[in-house]
Amino acid sequence: MTGPQQLTGTPIRVEHLWKRFGEFEAVRDVTFTAEAGSVTALLGPSGSGKSTVLRMIAGLEEPTAGRIWMEREEHTFKTVQERRVGFVFQHFALFRHMTVAQNVAFGLSVRKEPKPQQRARVQDLLELVQLTGFRDRYPDQLSGGQRQRVALARALAPQPKVLLLDEPFGALDARVRQELRRWLDDLHRELGVTSLLVTHDQDEALELANRIVVMHEGRVEQVGSPDEVYDEPATPFVAGFVGSSSVLHGHVVDGHVQFGDHRVPGAGHLTEGEPARAFIRPHDVRVTTSPQDGTLPASVERVVNLGWLSRVVLRLPDDQVLTAEIANDELSGIQVGSSVSVDLRRAKAFPSAESGADGGLTTEMTSTPAGS
Amino acid sequence: MHWGFIAIALLYVGILVLAPLVGIAWVAIQAGWSTIATTLRQPDVVHAFYLTAVITLITVAVTSVFGVIVALVITRDRFPGRPLMSAFVDLPLAVSPVIVGLMAAVLFGRGGWFEPWFSSHGIQILFAVPSMVLVTIFICIPFVIREVVPVLKELGVTEEEAARTLGASSLQTFFRVTLRNIRWGLLYGVALSTARAIGEIGAVLIVSGAITGKTETATLIILRFFDQYQDAQGYIVAITLALVSILLLVAIETFKRRQERMRQT
Amino acid sequence: MSTRTLEHAALPPPESPEAGRRRSVVLRGVLARWGLRGTAILYLGLMIALPAFAVIVHGFSDGLQSLRDALAAPGAREAIRLTLVLGAVTAIVNVIFGTLVAYVLVRYEFPGRSWLSTIVDIPFAIPTLVTGVMLRALYGPNSPIGSFLEGHGIKVIFAQSGILLALLFVTLPLVVRTVQPVLLEIDETEEEAARVLGATRWYTFRRVVLPKLRAGIAAGGLLAFARAIGEFGAVVIVSGNIVGRTLTAPVLIFQLASQFKPEEAAAIATVLFGISFVLVLVTERLVRGKAPA
Repeated sequence: MTGPQQLTGTPIRVEHLWKRFGEFEAVRDVTFTAEAGSVTALLGPSGSGKSTVLRMIAGLEEPTAGRIWMEREEHTFKTVQERRVGFVFQHFALFRHMTVAQNVAFGLSVRKEPKPQQRARVQDLLELVQLTGFRDRYPDQLSGGQRQRVALARALAPQPKVLLLDEPFGALDARVRQELRRWLDDLHRELGVTSLLVTHDQDEALELANRIVVMHEGRVEQVGSPDEVYDEPATPFVAGFVGSSSVLHGHVVDGHVQFGDHRVPGAGHLTEGEPARAFIRPHDVRVTTSPQDGTLPASVERVVNLGWLSRVVLRLPDDQVLTAEIANDELSGIQVGSSVSVDLRRAKAFPSAESGADGGLTTEMTSTPAGS
Repeated sequence: MHWGFIAIALLYVGILVLAPLVGIAWVAIQAGWSTIATTLRQPDVVHAFYLTAVITLITVAVTSVFGVIVALVITRDRFPGRPLMSAFVDLPLAVSPVIVGLMAAVLFGRGGWFEPWFSSHGIQILFAVPSMVLVTIFICIPFVIREVVPVLKELGVTEEEAARTLGASSLQTFFRVTLRNIRWGLLYGVALSTARAIGEIGAVLIVSGAITGKTETATLIILRFFDQYQDAQGYIVAITLALVSILLLVAIETFKRRQERMRQT
Repeated sequence: MSTRTLEHAALPPPESPEAGRRRSVVLRGVLARWGLRGTAILYLGLMIALPAFAVIVHGFSDGLQSLRDALAAPGAREAIRLTLVLGAVTAIVNVIFGTLVAYVLVRYEFPGRSWLSTIVDIPFAIPTLVTGVMLRALYGPNSPIGSFLEGHGIKVIFAQSGILLALLFVTLPLVVRTVQPVLLEIDETEEEAARVLGATRWYTFRRVVLPKLRAGIAAGGLLAFARAIGEFGAVVIVSGNIVGRTLTAPVLIFQLASQFKPEEAAAIATVLFGISFVLVLVTERLVRGKAPA
């Protein structure tokens, strides 16, 4: 029985990639690798250069400097056609004058594969993407989610060694996005093609990827597993971009971040006396009604009930504000106006440099360096 | 108020455009079927239609092929002077055809810039078909380009990028993706070109010498008939051309609608 | 393949052996691009730029003497004046009616709308000479309408009003098809908002729509003018080419050329051509100024 082939993946390696458009530096010294069969997400806000990196890997843009390897072979100077990558575009880019079947078969007919083989493969792929009844439809007769599935089938048809996806769900409704995300996950499990996914949606990255490359203003901020990126952000940007955090400003005193009369540990790696920021995730804030060692006093300003947990806005003695998330059955004693104690030991400290776009990022990366 | 506007519009267009069409049909029919038949069978008339057809065919072929190339360069390429290129493309639309004829005379006539080279090779340009083809091409250059450019702009490059990632060479991408997508715009431009080429008179009058049986096109023969007070025959050839134009108009409208429908997808 | 430390990473790496390979790939791409670009430039350069240049050079070959001789020819000055005046009238009239027709086509639904649209395109399809012939058939001295009008002292054929009719016919689609796309792009909701606030259609048109249409209307008008001053085929049949009365500049140029006075023909042609060229540039700027960012 012909079923979807088990494809083995191939590593991608990108070294010191730069891209300049005239005066503008879109990609600055980006280095990372993607392991065979993995899903690597390039995560960042718009303008971070992630799509440009993907397009350079595909060959759609020429790097200003740097090298690209796939399957241990250097691909930096190969043409798009030579690279044999699968590419899925944000706005589908289906051939509007061809049927679904013709679209999917395109990569095969370009290589002049015999018709019966083409037909069989198209059939396999349509089954894979669950669109068997649609082979003779035209793209404008399909919904957004269906179009993207056709685009995926089309990209997979010529058995590419690498699958590149450029914000594949960006043009779809929230619900369809969720469905397709789950579906892509299943698909990848079945096929095992090395995949590189560009997205600005961190939930998507956290859910789908084995490794995340966080990018900002053309540079790599951090490379790591979803857990690493979430729990151990290497830079303020990652701490702020991935998951939500409260930020507290202070100065470094004796290995702590000090603000007002109180301080928070974890600044041992920073320079004494310099301004610093402490990032803390809402669910990492421990709130108790009675003061304990190592806690700070705070007053409750707002409590918003979100169903099974509540978001609590707290004000510290020096007037700074932070947010905590507390399960509703642990809320006793915590009401608007009440005084509580907060334990902020799980905060992450970073220098406070706001000068320049990268402020201190390149010199202070403490966790996983890029491109190991 | 609405119906007032609509009525005025209909009346204006009706009187200005429709009435003359009706007028000419009436006059031609008045001539009687036998006159119509004999006129259309005259050797000089037959030759005139033939010449018009040949010139039109060559013109349309050249302007289509090169027109698509220019359209691609205008929309996809980036280099200094590109807006100037755009202005040049539009120039033939604004220039009087007699000036175009004059251009050819200056270049290829006696004492012209290129005349010595051509006459030393025994090739006659002026007062012969080549000059007629050249001036008609000049005049028809804008049509395909102006119709294809907006289509290319709206389509964008993503489908072509997709084709390249799937392994298609530049040529394959052009024929299988780009050309198919600009199809209706291209055909619309071709139909407009054809109509213009058939109707050309000012420029060909100057360059051809209107030599009966050699360089007389359908439009030129109509002019000759009226000059020689053979009005009836003039009307007959004119209405034949008008009928061909109406057919072309149907083609033009069809292609235009298809193109518009495509833009909505 | 060692990874460099981050301090050295601020600058792009120096030229390596790979740079040579990169150059050849870039060259391959550059050749392809210049192949297409070169063809386009050659095509337009040879077919349009060269002849244009030739006429201008020839027209000024003996300075302004040819122009003076040409203007001294009988009826020459009148011809140029008539051409420009008729061109202006044509442009103005067709800007008014053409905009009206465009507005009706875009904003209203009514039976026969697609017929109207098709009829507007007829002048694009019909040879100009045939247009002149049709007008002659309809309004000529031997036709019922023509003789009726002449009985009341109105001469159409072999008179200036005939020329005007021909020019209006030929330039109508130019205006309509230039204004129409601009109208289509204007968001109807602004008009609706105005009407909800109590404005009449005419007021809305004047204060909301017209300002946006200005560039499109100007472009259409200029195109119509340029086309009208150059029209030959329709005019030569309809006007009778009466010196000093119905002779237009294009017909004059033709006459001078066939009288073997090419320099004089070229002189007047250059003047006309110069006007057209400037108009094209202005229209380009106008149209591009309207293009969405």
